[in-house]
Amino acid sequence: MAKKIESKVIDVLKRGTPFGRLEEGDVFNENLKIEDVWINMGPQHPSTHGVLRLVLALQGERIVDMEVVIGYLHRGTEKLAEFRTYHQFIPLTDRLDYLASPAMNFGYVLAVEKLAGIEVPIRAEYIRVLMAELARISSHLLWLATHALDIGAMTVFLYCFREREMILDLFEMATGGRLITTYYRIGGVANDLPDYFLDRCEEFCEIFPKRVEDYDALLYSNRIWLSRTVNIAKISAEKGLALGLSGPSIRGSGVNWDLRRSNPYSVYDKLDFEVAVFDGCDVYARYLVRRKEMLESCKIVKQCIEWLKKNPGGEVQAKVPKVFKPPVGEVYQAVEAPKGELGFYIVSDGSQRPYRLKIRAPSFANLMSLPEMCKGHLVADVVAAIGSIDVVLGEVDR
Amino acid sequence: MAEEPIKDREKADSEVPIDFSKFVEVRKIKEKYPEAIVDLKYFRDELTIVLKKEYLLNVCFLLRDDPETKYNFLTEVIGVHYPNREKPFEVVYHLYSVEYARRVRLKVMLGEDEEVESVYPVWPSANWYERECFDMFGIRFTNHPDLRRILLPEDWEGYPLRKDYPLEGPPGYREKWLKEHLSLYNKL
Repeated sequence: MAKKIESKVIDVLKRGTPFGRLEEGDVFNENLKIEDVWINMGPQHPSTHGVLRLVLALQGERIVDMEVVIGYLHRGTEKLAEFRTYHQFIPLTDRLDYLASPAMNFGYVLAVEKLAGIEVPIRAEYIRVLMAELARISSHLLWLATHALDIGAMTVFLYCFREREMILDLFEMATGGRLITTYYRIGGVANDLPDYFLDRCEEFCEIFPKRVEDYDALLYSNRIWLSRTVNIAKISAEKGLALGLSGPSIRGSGVNWDLRRSNPYSVYDKLDFEVAVFDGCDVYARYLVRRKEMLESCKIVKQCIEWLKKNPGGEVQAKVPKVFKPPVGEVYQAVEAPKGELGFYIVSDGSQRPYRLKIRAPSFANLMSLPEMCKGHLVADVVAAIGSIDVVLGEVDR
Repeated sequence: MAEEPIKDREKADSEVPIDFSKFVEVRKIKEKYPEAIVDLKYFRDELTIVLKKEYLLNVCFLLRDDPETKYNFLTEVIGVHYPNREKPFEVVYHLYSVEYARRVRLKVMLGEDEEVESVYPVWPSANWYERECFDMFGIRFTNHPDLRRILLPEDWEGYPLRKDYPLEGPPGYREKWLKEHLSLYNKL
């Protein structure tokens, strides 16, 4: 993109650059063209959280334009779904957002249950919510760890992984898997929680808020953290919504919209929690939203434990036929995944396999607002912006 | 026993005739564009409005700007392929209103070579959704600012989510790819 030299640039030249200075009386050709420098960031760059590639157009160190290139992790999940039965597709949903696999399972099984009209036992509902909220904490912890590491705070990374390890141990205890759990089934969950799980979980809920104070001590009012995040990568609420931004990222722009509250599914209408909303519109506001969400999720987990302890025993799996054929029709079910609105659109033709399955991945849509956020900022701020919208490429590319 | 709930729900859906004029979206569209609606469906508490494709953009503007609907969030644009139909492609739009926490589904039917107007002017987020739709189905959107492949490589042949596209790619594709990309090794 060649442009005519702007007066701003002339001012800079007059003040002097490492290559010389425009002196009084120098003949300066105003029709001289200056060009943007195009540089490539990723797909192997460590702070792009996977295989995201950005092509940046720079003027000096300022970003004037950006293109997001995705698709390096495309596995054709939607095509695979058309060749698998409804049950067989559950493990593939784990591979979408591999940092919060219970939340991904949750969206899919809810969509299938809505399609077939299956009633889930109440105990299974509470177990599901418990696991999904643990997954949210775990996902946000990993986000905070890597986001802080990108910006230069190493210690937070180690702290966060300490607590994340506790959650992964809980997952292992209940499901046998640490990252890829595949715990949810159509009509319930795979099996009831093991003995002592709830006690261990309670222990975690006791410890966790204190650990959040530890992170606060490192970040909350840290001057370097503030100077790297406040007023960086701003996006207004209207622009964010128009560009498809959802989840914690849009709540950082002051939009009070959480699907757990606005369109409650499962047992969220019986639970008491606050929706974290901050209106800074910048990276710091998104950090505050996720920080508060971790604490709120911890509260939800506590309530679930209380309910499960009060009502021991009971079914965790509705009776679903082995050869499962839902009626002809189409449904869309959305849940609040850790990254935003996760939706599954299923078209059924009455056979054992979905006719068409579309995954509305939150990260895919969130990435669209990245160029808007970064324009006018420095290259180093791109790293902060990517961190602040929390993308997982497994879900972007599907 | 196990299948009982399913049957119950089916009955409930089919037996009670639905008065569609109770939906504010339907009322608004009928008021302004009386001949835009082709079909209406109600299944599992979800409203589907099938539109004539000429009216799509106008209806989208109407639903976004009307103070009683305010559909300010485009959730996704989806393609569906029905090879046996006269008009084999369906484009599905899911809209969401953050203020009223409501959803509605719009649909247009397309023939093999037909194009549909892009909804990019209404919601800029349609940019990537429509690119994905083009990538996977080859559905073209008129006036789209940047209609390129998004998930697949730019030189990919065919549209993978069409029903006539085999799961493992077209026959001979793999060999051809290996031949082109590993020509150096083949010489050894």
